[in-house]
Amino acid sequence: MDRIPILQMGQFLLVTIQVDMHDQLAMTLQDDLSERISATSARGVLIDISALDMVDSFIGRMISTISGLSRIMDAETVVVGLQPAVAITLVELGLTLPGVSTALNVERGMKLLRERVAAQ
Amino acid sequence: MNVRSSGSQPVRVEQDVVMARQVSRKLAQDCGMRLIDLTKLVTAVSELARNTMVYGGGGDMDWQILDDNGRTGLRLTFRDEGPGIPDIKLAMTDGWTSGGGLGLGLTGAKRLVDEFELDTAPGAGTRVTITRWT
Repeated sequence: MDRIPILQMGQFLLVTIQVDMHDQLAMTLQDDLSERISATSARGVLIDISALDMVDSFIGRMISTISGLSRIMDAETVVVGLQPAVAITLVELGLTLPGVSTALNVERGMKLLRERVAAQ
Repeated sequence: MNVRSSGSQPVRVEQDVVMARQVSRKLAQDCGMRLIDLTKLVTAVSELARNTMVYGGGGDMDWQILDDNGRTGLRLTFRDEGPGIPDIKLAMTDGWTSGGGLGLGLTGAKRLVDEFELDTAPGAGTRVTITRWT
């Protein structure tokens, strides 16, 4: 079965979504991530969606769920790389991803995660 | 109004939803659509194709590239022989869902295109037609 790889970097988990996801793949990622957070005691999750040329309500919901889920497992989530056209479409669709932290790129996202974890 | 070309795509399994997105992206590019309009259209396609698969029990996506007084448009029809929508007004309410979704599929898709038409009745299946002009 298809899987999106989850990389560990110190106390953070890194996910780069580079394929046009079907719904089951998104659900699998959600499950895999919660397991990995638990197994590694990760303090942060960085999700890079710069390769996604579309985010619909299903993927939007997945992002919100992962963010909420990791929060209650004591890990911060930052989503990076949202393309401008994708961001505009999301807002028009009615999805503003409440409670989801975002950063422009991976570098800024990692900085944000480090600051958040250091502040705790 | 002229139909320049047309075709059809099955929307029956999850992978077909991905295919519907890719086919409509290619068609929108052929129409010369701007990236932002193309992204909106493909997102609407994703919502509607998923509805066809999940709620309609599978169906088809018909496409047409249209020429109309110098402008080009892409028209897509999602049709299924499923249970239909009993209460259209309710289905077109933001946040209302009969499934486990966010209830943004139909209403969201409508906001993302230029023309939107919903034709459905209980037991008679559902047809949603969207058009985006360049």
